[in-house]
Amino acid sequence: MKGVWRRRNLLAGLVLTAVILAAALVSLVWTPYPPTAIDILHKLAHPSRAHPLGTDPFGRDVLSMIMVGARNSLLVSVIAVALGAGGGIPLGALAAARGGWVDDLVMRATDLAFAFPALLTAVMITALAGPGAGNAMIAIGLFNIPVFARLTRGAAMAVGKREFILAARAAGRGDIAITLDHVLPNIAAVLMVQATIQFALGIIADAGLSYLGLGTQPPQPSWGKMLNDAQTYIYKAPLLAVFPGLAITLAVLGLNLLGDGLRDLLDPRLRRAR
Amino acid sequence: MTRLLAATLAATLAAIGTVQAAPKDSIIIGMTLEPPMLDPTAGAAAAIGEVTYRNIFEGLTALDSGMQVHPLLAKSWTVSPDGLTYTFALRPGVTFSDGARFDCSVVKFTYERAAAPDSVNAHKGKFEPIASVACPTPETAVVTLKRPTGAFLVDMGTNDAVMVSPVSAAGNKTNPVGTGPYKLVRWVKGDRVELARNPGYWGGPPAIASVTFRFIADPSAAAASVLAGDVDAFPLFPAPETLDQFRADKRFHVQIGTTSGKTILALNNTRKPFNDIRVRRALAHAIDRKGLVDALGNYGTPIGSHEVPGDAGYIDLTGMYPYDVAKAKALLAEAGIKPGFTMTIRLPPPPYARRGGEVIAAMLEQVGITVKLVPIEWAQWLDQVFKQSDFDATIISHVEPGDLDIYARDKYYFEYHSAEYNALYKQFAETNDPATRLALRGALQLKLAEDEPNVFLFALAKVGVWNADLRGLWSNEPIFANVVSEMSWAK
Amino acid sequence: MITFTARRLIALLLTLLAASLVVFLVLQVLPGDPASLMLGTEARADTLAALRHQMGLDVPAPARYFGWLWGMARGDFGVSYTYSVPVAELIRARVAVTLPLALMAICLSVGLAIPVGVLAAARRGRAADVAAMGVAQLGVAVPNFWLGLLLILLFAVTLGWVPAGGFPGWQDGLWPGLRALLLPALALGLPQAAILARITRSSVLETLGEDFVRTARAKGLTRRVALWRHAVPNALVPVVTIIGLQFSFLLAGTVIVENVFALPGMGRLMFQAIAQRDLIVVQDLVVLLAGSVIVVNFVVDLAYGVLDPRLARGGAS
Repeated sequence: MKGVWRRRNLLAGLVLTAVILAAALVSLVWTPYPPTAIDILHKLAHPSRAHPLGTDPFGRDVLSMIMVGARNSLLVSVIAVALGAGGGIPLGALAAARGGWVDDLVMRATDLAFAFPALLTAVMITALAGPGAGNAMIAIGLFNIPVFARLTRGAAMAVGKREFILAARAAGRGDIAITLDHVLPNIAAVLMVQATIQFALGIIADAGLSYLGLGTQPPQPSWGKMLNDAQTYIYKAPLLAVFPGLAITLAVLGLNLLGDGLRDLLDPRLRRAR
Repeated sequence: MTRLLAATLAATLAAIGTVQAAPKDSIIIGMTLEPPMLDPTAGAAAAIGEVTYRNIFEGLTALDSGMQVHPLLAKSWTVSPDGLTYTFALRPGVTFSDGARFDCSVVKFTYERAAAPDSVNAHKGKFEPIASVACPTPETAVVTLKRPTGAFLVDMGTNDAVMVSPVSAAGNKTNPVGTGPYKLVRWVKGDRVELARNPGYWGGPPAIASVTFRFIADPSAAAASVLAGDVDAFPLFPAPETLDQFRADKRFHVQIGTTSGKTILALNNTRKPFNDIRVRRALAHAIDRKGLVDALGNYGTPIGSHEVPGDAGYIDLTGMYPYDVAKAKALLAEAGIKPGFTMTIRLPPPPYARRGGEVIAAMLEQVGITVKLVPIEWAQWLDQVFKQSDFDATIISHVEPGDLDIYARDKYYFEYHSAEYNALYKQFAETNDPATRLALRGALQLKLAEDEPNVFLFALAKVGVWNADLRGLWSNEPIFANVVSEMSWAK
Repeated sequence: MITFTARRLIALLLTLLAASLVVFLVLQVLPGDPASLMLGTEARADTLAALRHQMGLDVPAPARYFGWLWGMARGDFGVSYTYSVPVAELIRARVAVTLPLALMAICLSVGLAIPVGVLAAARRGRAADVAAMGVAQLGVAVPNFWLGLLLILLFAVTLGWVPAGGFPGWQDGLWPGLRALLLPALALGLPQAAILARITRSSVLETLGEDFVRTARAKGLTRRVALWRHAVPNALVPVVTIIGLQFSFLLAGTVIVENVFALPGMGRLMFQAIAQRDLIVVQDLVVLLAGSVIVVNFVVDLAYGVLDPRLARGGAS
């Protein structure tokens, strides 16, 4: 019974993620309307056959904007994860392999990074470099670095005590070779699960930043900006505040379910706890 | 005796009755932005004027909602025939709210302080024409100018030229002391400023005893606060999209008026290709001003030059560049601009710029111009756009009334340089004759529309919502002010 | 223990110092000038110079940095460029909004999450567990600012029970203030509660499988008593750590939720100060926020050391 339930989680996650991904990919070649086309005559239209999710205050098609918004949001989040993994995994592996002052330095640096609430970092970066999708990626990516660094260090240290690593070390292999050949493959599953979780967090963070006007910039549509616009019109067109939020929630839910499912699949030791 | 007692009793009861039925004599006014401080002679923020102008501080002259000059601390004045000497007869018996006396020495102090080397007056330029201030008697101030200045009496009626006392001027930022009908009670930072009647006011007590200015930046929160009655008036209402609701509700009065805000798509006239008049005219043809105003739903009025309808001397030039995509494309082709040309528009925070930018980008797309929108904070706008002129285009509302002089300056951010315009402007600035001034003002507007250094978009509307029983609020707002002493409650 | 505490304390101070340096350096390169923002477009060069001198902006950067640090060491946070009042006064007024909001959100999420998490663990696999964890799974995915919008939509726009935002202040009594913070606290607390409930559940499940609980059961205690007296207290130790870690997210969350509900809290002050280039306020706020995160984590670390599960386990067997 429980096994089925768990696989159902994974399946639901896969389906939701696939839907969002498909919307994003399709938007590259086709959307019902051009997402930036303004049509004042049909502004704030209710959902109808012509506009399944209605139109916004400028008469733009909400469905088209959500599709393109999916693309922008996924892109920001994927790159932020890549930045975080690319920066954090080597740092964490280094700290684990070398230990001593290198380890201390890396850990204190991650302490410092964690002490800045992530959003503050993002606000500072965008204030400095100007708002935009690129800077949102960097801001979220910077926040991801210490997450991956700590996780990699912890997992690598745990693996490092296992016999086969000790054997490799006894055989005279260097730190880098051991890390690449033995440590990383053994912690790949943990990292993969974390990447999925950071991906989901990245989508929320990107939406938050663009809600504050610091993320993806118009005329490019973004989910957060759509919600911000919707708030202005909340008395006149309440539905506008619903659909973009639903898109964010479904995307995050899908990724979280996927992450949980993957964890169960890849890491049998964690099964006992659930 | 009994009759006296009965009469006293009756009078007392009547007094109690009137106390109970006393008309409301306090109001709460909503504002979107909080003033950073309350000294109008040390900062440019519009919110300072909205709180203090003619409430806490008064000048020699006063401006009304039609930009007409009235006597205030100066009872009357005479101007010498050469336009160089202004003799003001000062109102006697005026004191500051801390008891300090107002006389000619205060006028001399105020004007000299504003023009001094260490002055931090945001409009120091208004005091630059002053050669000297003399005090033949305490109640007479003689101001001598370096050259005739047609706008001098208007300038001395603005927020920047209010009278400050030598004793208290230094503390005005947080503890403003003026000669006005109200004085500061307290300031809860981030939330409200409270004023109450100044008991020693020379003009007698105003109808409203106390006023609270509340700061509510968020449009939907602003709408909610008026609906709930938390705020009696929102003279510059930030949520025009909710107006239908207020119109349908008898409790509220909705006011659509004018401001001095000339909203323009400012272009960098020295940067290619905007130095080409054909490109500037093409942009003017490519933007549907009516459609823009409709899309923004902000009740603005399309304009064709750097002047707003309602200003004395305004001429309607909106027909000069009608919305015409084909014409715009033809002009662009003539200037050698290929489809796919990309330009950047920098957008400061107000909605007219941020949201207006989205609409204009969509319109320019139609004529083959790709627009990159770059939102920036005011600090960056001042630095990059205004100071360094490092921009292609920007959307901005020029809210100073009667600021045709900016096109005649040697260095101004959009870099318009026309000897012809400068000559016309010099003539205008040095004329005191009203009829000639009006005619020249028209000529200046026409010249600007012909050269189209910027694309003139629309006049920013004043959208106000207030309690239907409230009287005396300005229907137009050429300068930022809430003159509370003119307000009252009906009944 | 004492040397451990001392070492952590020194590390804490060094981290704060590094944070102050980072924020100061970042703000030095921030484009825009507070003086020109105050004076607007008609300002002349000499007027700007006069104001900059008045604000102390013409002092070289290193001197300003050390002056700022020295001031903070003596409890003087400096004077705001824009408001010309002591920053401490400004921040105090904002803390009176943000701190109650954060506390309400924490109480809400802890009060909701722990019972739900324990209950779900106790009824593992049954309908209550599946339903609770399903809701929690969804709750984790809902962004707090959207939840805020939905709450506004329901309670302010549709039902008209509360205003759509804004804060009346504390001077009219406790209730109007609390009422204004209720929806924001819900928006902030519910997604946190979802995370916490999931963690509580798995932590309790893990403890239930441990030897000392089995021993307690073997000694004849009912499942119920074993759960509440032995499993839950031990399971809560990691939960406390997570609450500590969430503190930083909570602060970030208040920044955005204050924007949704137009609350005059520290987050809004931060945005306003950045926009107005009121650099000293930004510096103070960042150091204060970072400092509170560091201190909370420090306290949690200490608490963890004291509450170490092995010690508790020793007592239980």
